[in-house]
Amino acid sequence: MKTNSTNYRTCETTGKIVCLDAQRFIKLNAVSAVVFLLFGAIAAILLALTRWQTVHLLDAEWFYRVLTLHGINMLIFWIIFIEIAILYFTATSLLNSRLFSKGLAWISFALMMLGALMTNGIILAGEADVLMTSYLPLLAHPLFYLGIILFAVGALIGVGNFFGTIYIAKRDKTYKGSMPLVTFGATAAAIIAVVALLHGAIALVPTFTYSLGLTPEPDPAWYRLIWWGLGHMSQQINVCAMVAVWYFMATMTTGAKAPNEAVCRAAFVLYVLFINIASAHHLLVDPGVGAEWKIWNTSYAMYLAVLASMIHGFTVPASVEIGMRAKGYTRGLFNWLFKAPWKNPGFSAFFLSLVIFGFIGGITGVTLGTQQINIIAHNTLRIPGHFHATVVGGTSLAFMGLTYYVIPLIFQKDYIGRFWARIQPYIFASGIVLMSIGMSFAGSEGVARRTWDIDAAGIYGATTHLFLGMLGIGGILAFTGILIFVLLAVGTLLFGESNKGRAMKCWGVPETVADLTKEDGTVGEDKSAGEHSAGHDTRGTMVIVVIFLLAFAVYYFANWGALADVWWVR
Amino acid sequence: MSINPPPKNWFQKPTGHERIWLGMAIVWCLIMSLMMPLWHFKGKQNSTGESYIVEPDDFFERTQRFVDNNQVDTLEGVPVVEPPPGGDAYLVARMYSWYPVLQLREGETYRLHVSSMDIQHGFSLQPMNMNFHVMPGYDHVLTITPTRAGEYTIVCNEFCGLGHHAMIGNIIVK
Ligand code: HEM
Ligand SMILES: [Cu+2]
Ligand SMILES: [Cu+2]
Repeated sequence: MKTNSTNYRTCETTGKIVCLDAQRFIKLNAVSAVVFLLFGAIAAILLALTRWQTVHLLDAEWFYRVLTLHGINMLIFWIIFIEIAILYFTATSLLNSRLFSKGLAWISFALMMLGALMTNGIILAGEADVLMTSYLPLLAHPLFYLGIILFAVGALIGVGNFFGTIYIAKRDKTYKGSMPLVTFGATAAAIIAVVALLHGAIALVPTFTYSLGLTPEPDPAWYRLIWWGLGHMSQQINVCAMVAVWYFMATMTTGAKAPNEAVCRAAFVLYVLFINIASAHHLLVDPGVGAEWKIWNTSYAMYLAVLASMIHGFTVPASVEIGMRAKGYTRGLFNWLFKAPWKNPGFSAFFLSLVIFGFIGGITGVTLGTQQINIIAHNTLRIPGHFHATVVGGTSLAFMGLTYYVIPLIFQKDYIGRFWARIQPYIFASGIVLMSIGMSFAGSEGVARRTWDIDAAGIYGATTHLFLGMLGIGGILAFTGILIFVLLAVGTLLFGESNKGRAMKCWGVPETVADLTKEDGTVGEDKSAGEHSAGHDTRGTMVIVVIFLLAFAVYYFANWGALADVWWVR
Repeated sequence: MSINPPPKNWFQKPTGHERIWLGMAIVWCLIMSLMMPLWHFKGKQNSTGESYIVEPDDFFERTQRFVDNNQVDTLEGVPVVEPPPGGDAYLVARMYSWYPVLQLREGETYRLHVSSMDIQHGFSLQPMNMNFHVMPGYDHVLTITPTRAGEYTIVCNEFCGLGHHAMIGNIIVK
């Protein structure tokens, strides 16, 4: 430690050094995130109960208002507040560094909070019923745009503070060699965040000035192109941050060891390099951009960002398998998986997130984002069906799992209601899966997204209504999951037992199996240093990823088949 | 351990299962990338995005001329218009209706021009479930060939205001 100007403590659980300034801002941002999550969840249940056509709770005006509120509070406020907390954590504790600037952290937090409150206020006042995307020529009150711009500037300053911290850590040599994998992933996320937020500024600043009557109306097609530069890239931030959290949780809960860090790091680099004009995914059936542009920009001649996710899809479970086998769970293909700490909410949230993101979110996403297949999916409920499996069942669930460690480690409070915490990830995951499947099937039946009522069209039958019922019931379950999560988090902050001066109360991690030592000979030793996957047994993971690839291929080609069935169009 | 700096020699070539998986993933990504250009040339369903800048008023005038010249019937007060096979058809999207009703022939090809008079809308043909984006200021040309006779419904699937759910149109294929 080079400077004495800041205070530190040593974490009694991990032995890491915690910068107290960083700790304060991790707390502030994390608590804000959870508050906005609750807000978004209340909106969510109202939406689910409205799209469940049989219940049809809200009236049209409030449906669109609440939809705007939900999208913004979830996708922007919940996710970005917690990501800023993650950035501060990975740059300080994992690098043994202090936070670059307390002042910047305050400014960042204040701007984000101000922006969030301003935006929510104007939405609830009924002055911004334009949905999250605010496609021109729809126009909201200027404060709506200003709120989002302030929030984005605040987030950008937070990201700057992260880079500043990386810089001083490097300068002061607080760590040796290369930065840890988790921090590396967070850095990739931060780089993408800068590019994404700049797109946001380019789209929203002229729209803001237009809403004030100062400048002419921006072209709506141009707006879509640039806005999705923000919107799609933000999803890449979420993926990057989520994968970093996967590695972190895998390590904390099972002692996972990556088969080969070079591969994992290269995959993060692919995210950064191949995401720039991914807004193409949202313009596949648009006028104004041609087929060549669409095809090239969805794949860059090769799906390199998809490749990156497929790599992590292997390396993450493989690191768990390697860690577990090293502990002695070596029998058969899947003993390591069955003996994983499924009662530890950190682990179950992480692993369910991995499975939902990969098997549902990933497969549907790549398929729907295929240029021609998008014709049978664009703006139907298949789209929210897809992204509730990525950013909710994937990212949000992973971040919930992280919280089960952030609160004991950073807030130094042991969780109350541990039984509820153990089942919370399962409730949330099953709800989201059910809802996502309901949405996807209803979308295949032609039900539009962002639509208050489907009976006016008079063309949807009983099956469609059944799928919408599935959406509703899944929504109720998922909402229950979020409610338990928030109540436990808040309850623990208020009433949880302090664990200052001792290690956190363990959620349960797999013990090393002593009696297997003789057969294997190496069990229990740290084999990670210098040794790589040649010596690692990852058979179980190999089986899982091959099943994954088969499922992917079946879904992908089934969609081409469905496409071949519709009218010819050029 | 991904939360600590890696060992000095972390830069290694992938081996074993990881290497096999990398190979499989790369091949799969290539297959997917090639499917799109392949379908572009061989497939029958493509979104080429053919479009022209157009003033909403101009577009409406052209549509009105199209209606005047080709009207065959009326459906609930909306003109039913049959374009000549191989010819141009016009469809106006506006809050909250589609104008006019089109009558097409199975197996014939039409150049369908779609544009919006006000804000963005979504052209969603049901129960085919074919979806295209409709923008003000852009004449979006879809060269379509109906493959099956029947009565089809156009649903708006881009949020366009409180009447969005009731923005319903018709296409009849004989
Ligand atoms: C309890 C959990 C949740 C439920 C029940 C839920 C339900 C819904 C429903 C019913 C819709 C409307 C679909 C439509 O009509 O188009 C929706 C939209 C959306 N949700 Fe969620 N959601 C949940 C959690 C989340 C989370 C955690 C996120 C983000 C991190 C999220 C992001 C979105 C977005 C971006 C939209 C689209 C908004 C738009 O079309 O403008 N949701 N959600
Ligand atoms: Cu409309
Ligand atoms: Cu609409």
